[in-house]
Parts: sequence; C-alpha cells; structure tokens
Amino acid sequence: MKPVRLAGLTLPNPVLAASGTFGFGEEYAPWTALSRLGGIVTKSVTWDPLEGNPPPRVVETPAGLLNSIGWQNPGLAVFLREKLPRLAAYGVPIIVNVAGFSLEDYVRVAARLDDAPGVAALELNISCPNVDEGGMAFGTDPRQAGLVTAAVRRVTRLTLVVKLSPNVTDIAVMARAVAEAGADAVSLINTLVGMAMDWRTGRPIFQRVVAGLSGPAVKPVALYQVWQVARAVTLPVIGMGGITTARDALEFFAAGAAAVAVGTANFRRPDACLRVIEGLERYDAEGPQALEGEEEP
Amino acid sequence: MLSPSLGPRLVSVVGRQEVSPDSVRLRFAAPEAASAAQPGQFLHLRCGTSLDPLLRRPFSVHAVDPVVGTVSILFRVVGAGTAWLARRHPGDVVDLWGPLGRGFVLHPGDGWLVAGGVGVAPLLFLAARLREQGAAPQLLWGARRRQELAAVADFEHLGIPVELATDDGSEGHHGPVTDLLAEVLSGRRAPVYACGPRPMLRRVGELTRQAAVTAQVSLEERMACGVGACQGCACPRRGGGYALVCHDGPVFPAEEVELG
Ligand SMILES: Cc1cc2nc3c(=O)[nH]c(=O)nc-3n(C[C@H](O)[C@H](O)[C@H](O)COP(=O)(O)OP(=O)(O)OC[C@H]3O[C@@H](n4cnc5c(N)ncnc54)[C@H](O)[C@@H]3O)c2cc1C
Ligand SMILES: Cc1cc2nc3c(=O)[nH]c(=O)nc-3n(C[C@H](O)[C@H](O)[C@H](O)COP(=O)(O)O)c2cc1C
Repeated sequence: MKPVRLAGLTLPNPVLAASGTFGFGEEYAPWTALSRLGGIVTKSVTWDPLEGNPPPRVVETPAGLLNSIGWQNPGLAVFLREKLPRLAAYGVPIIVNVAGFSLEDYVRVAARLDDAPGVAALELNISCPNVDEGGMAFGTDPRQAGLVTAAVRRVTRLTLVVKLSPNVTDIAVMARAVAEAGADAVSLINTLVGMAMDWRTGRPIFQRVVAGLSGPAVKPVALYQVWQVARAVTLPVIGMGGITTARDALEFFAAGAAAVAVGTANFRRPDACLRVIEGLERYDAEGPQALEGEEEP
Repeated sequence: MLSPSLGPRLVSVVGRQEVSPDSVRLRFAAPEAASAAQPGQFLHLRCGTSLDPLLRRPFSVHAVDPVVGTVSILFRVVGAGTAWLARRHPGDVVDLWGPLGRGFVLHPGDGWLVAGGVGVAPLLFLAARLREQGAAPQLLWGARRRQELAAVADFEHLGIPVELATDDGSEGHHGPVTDLLAEVLSGRRAPVYACGPRPMLRRVGELTRQAAVTAQVSLEERMACGVGACQGCACPRRGGGYALVCHDGPVFPAEEVELG
C-alpha cells in the first residue's frame, strides 16, 4: 500500500492503532504482526504515573463501548525507560499520545519526548472525557486548545497531531484554532460523552457517572465530523470512530481523512488493524468488488 | 514471538450438555488449547456473528482432554452473549482465543476448593490437575438451590469428596458455603482455591487469613481486550493501585487484592 505523509512524518500505510486501545503495543505483540501497521498510537502518557478510575471501567452498549479508564499509565519516566524501547524494537512508527492536567503538564511531557529516540510524532489528547481537569477542558474551548497547541509547538520538532473532541457544537472551529496554533495534523474523534444507568438500583454504573462512547455505534458521528474538519482546514486529518473493516476506512478517506485509526475493533480481534490493511490492499489491487462480500470481522 | 496457534480461531463444538436449568457445558475441538491450558486461565469467545454483542466474553477453562484435543467451558446464561452460546450445538463453530491470563499456582498439600454457583467451572480442571499430582483435594460448593449443583457428579467421578451448601436449604448445609470452610479449616489446614461471587471471596479471604493458610481467588470483572491493553478490567490492589483481571489474573493470591 502507498505510504502516507503527515507533515514531516511518513507512515508505511494509512492505518494506525488508536490510543488507549492498543496499550503500549507489547500486549498485542504475540497476537498480530506489529511491524505491518501504519503506526501505533500509545495509551495516553502523563508526567506522573496515574492509577486510573475505580471499576467498573467498561460497559458494552449495542455495537458500542463506554469506557471510563482515566489515563491509567506508568508515567513518562517508566514509559521512556521500559515501554518505548520495547515498542521501538518492532520497527513500527510510534506516535506518543500526550496528556496532562495543566498546560505546563503537556509542555513538560512533550519537551522530554522531543529528543527521545524512536518517537515519530506526538498526539495531544485534549479530548478525554474521563478525567476531572485537563483533558476535554482544553478540547472544548478553541482559545484553550490554541494555547496548549502553541505551547507544545514551541518545545517540539516532532510532527504534532492534535486529537479533537466530538463533544463540541462546531468541531471546525476547534480544528481551525489548533491549525493556527501550529498543529501539523488533527485526529478525530475521541469518544462521545455518555453514561450507563443500572435500572435495578436506579444509579449510574460508572463512579464518575460520565464515560466515553466508541465503537461502530459512533461511526456516523465520526464520519460527519471528519467531513466538516477536512473542509475547514488544509491539515491532514486522521479519522477514527467505529472503524472495523476496510470499507469503513474507505468511507473515512472519502470524507477527507488522510489516514485512519482503529480502536475498539482491536478488542474483537487482535489483528483488526491488519485486516483493515489487507482489505485496503485487496481494494487497491482488485477494485471495489474485492470488498463486496466482506463480512464484519 | 507470535503465537498464532492460540490466537483467535474457529473451533467446532463437539459436545453440549444442559447441566442445570440455566447452565450449559460446551466442549470444543481445540487441541492447542487443550495442551496449553493451565487451571484458572480463561478462553475469550465471540458470542455472536454481528456487531452486537461487540466484545468477546471470558470463560474459565472447565476441563481439558489433551489426548482427544478438547477443552470445555461451563457457563450460566445471564445475557445476550451467553444465550447465543447456549444455542450452539455439535457441528457449530465458535471463534475462540486463548487460553489467556494467569491461572492457579498449585501448592503442596491437598487443597480445599471453594465454589459459589457457576464459579465451580475452573475448579473441576484444577481438581483434576491436583489429583494428577497426587493431592487429595475436597470441594465445598454453595449455590442458591439444589438444581444449580447438578455438576457435582463430575467431581465424584474424579473421586473428590464434595460438601454442599444452599441458600434455600434444599441441599446440604442451609447457609453460605463459607460456613463449611470455617468449619473444615479448624480441622485440616490446607491451601484454599476459590471462585465465586465477591462477597464469598471476601469471606474466604478473612477466614484463610485468620487460619494462616494460603488462598487464591479467581476474579471476574467486566472485560474488553483480554490482554492487558485497554485497562478495562481493573481490580483494586491491596495497598493501592489496580491490577488487571485479564493480564495479572484472573487468579490472585487473596491477600493481594481488595475483595471488599
Ligand atoms: C476471567 C473470567 C472468567 C469467567 N468464567 C466464567 C465461567 O466459567 N462461567 C460463567 O458462566 N461465567 C464466567 N464469567 C462471566 C462471563 O464472562 C459473563 O457471564 C458473560 O460475559 C456475560 O455475557 P452476556 O452477554 O451473556 O451477558 P451481558 O449482557 O454482558 O451481562 C448480563 C448482565 O450482567 C451484567 N454484568 C456483566 N458483567 C458484569 C460484571 N462483571 N459485574 C456485574 N455485572 C455484570 C450486565 O450489565 C447485564 O445486566 C467469567 C468472567 C471472567 C472475567
Ligand atoms: C478503552 C479505551 C481507552 C481509550 N483511551 C484513550 C486514551 O488514553 N487517549 C486517547 O486519546 N484516546 C483514548 N481512547 C479513544 C480512542 O483512541 C478513539 O479515539 C475512540 O475510541 C474512537 O475510535 P473507535 O470507535 O475505533 O474506538 C480510548 C478508547 C477506548 C475504547
């Protein structure tokens, strides 16, 4: 398949594993050929280690998944010392998803990653619904989003992707704000806010009440937001939200995405990204009929 | 490093048995799983062919036959996924991944197996392995009513003594199975292996701490990826932080996890 360029970064193919759904890659190493992916976006990395939210953390919905993980991660130091070298050994482009609770947090994580060997790009997570401060607060106000993007831009030479939240009135406004602030690319969508209720007890199932919805159920929303953003900015768009097949990926390309990421589908099968890549290869070689009969994986 | 033979694959159902009004045992032709499985590990199964249910469902390995090349699960029908699975019959195929996770560590000594309800599933496999090692485990099994205790014959076939308890008094001791454990631990102090609902496991933790015997518990939590990537199946560790049921467990030393 043709390599894709995202600003200064060239990916061997346009299919990435989405942040938070692929761990730090090593979890999936026994189960799929990591080296064949277009890239792996890591779980969000914060300066300090984070415990994450109390259980339950995942609840299934019809063709969807609500999660309230809360950035559980070992912190930047352990990431650099243990996770990154192991992942780098697979020879797959590594995009580190950066998260923080304040502007300073984002900046110090990004600054340390700038000269870390093996990092291909940064993805700023300003769109997570599962933490109290930071996260989505930066991603729903164009001024804040611009400020954090500009501040990180000043400390990194790496390709800078900003991950946008779908939980806004007009996502095009957000995309323009981060584009003007120096982002090289945008990725979307992060999860949609939702909740799960226990009809027996009459109480919310998640302790933080709110959770993030992903999976095939969100695909129509994601497609439309990618469509809007692709028309609002000239930056490359990484599209995601419910992609499980090559046909889904083609729909995102048609909406204006330069690359795609596969998230929740990895939980159905560990080779979900690879199946999308192989489907796109068949499509390139044989045309649309190659995918006509394709079943859901 | 790739282990494709244990990755997701289509396997045939070769046996099906309705064990009680709401539980079913399925046997799959899966020779790799049969030889790789350790007691306490789980199989991650697709329970449907469409996008709903979206996620796989974890089930403990219930029995293996490495010679014939089969693995079995025993499950209770509680929702759409298990209902679909219960409708599988010999000749049907199911998408199976695993075994995954960390199972029981077999300690020297005969062993008390403590089960609540369908939590008995992994303990049959464990009992068989303990017997192979020359140990003489005994099972304490509690359920809501006698109909749920039908699989007891499987333990008796292995020559394993069984004591029963029911919530409604329809069989054995009238009350929680942990009453039986409290009684036996005062006589024979042996390692405890437990699987069942959280309140039962909490009581097992208390009793084994008091009696100073080792205890391992098999935990359940809502699970997505099954391999430690999504951090969905978190369980609080004693002393802070979270363990992942799929990757650090599902079996834990009782003193390592918060059962409260
Ligand atoms: C490691 C492991 C091993 C297991 N082994 C066995 C086994 O051997 N036999 C067996 O019968 N079951 C076992 N289970 C449980 C089994 O996986 C679930 O019963 C199954 O996933 C239910 O799927 P479903 O689609 O039928 O029900 P769902 O529709 O998913 O759930 C049915 C109902 O239970 C609720 N629910 C689901 N999961 C949980 C949870 N963890 N805590 C509280 N409520 C919940 C749902 O909200 C719903 O109301 C195991 C679980 C784990 C984690
Ligand atoms: C369990 C889970 C954890 C996630 N964790 C993160 C995260 O740490 N950082 C982040 O930017 N996005 C995270 N996401 C969002 C995904 O990267 C993706 O944007 C979203 O799930 C939509 O894609 P999908 O429908 O293919 O899953 C997470 C999603 C899931 C399901």
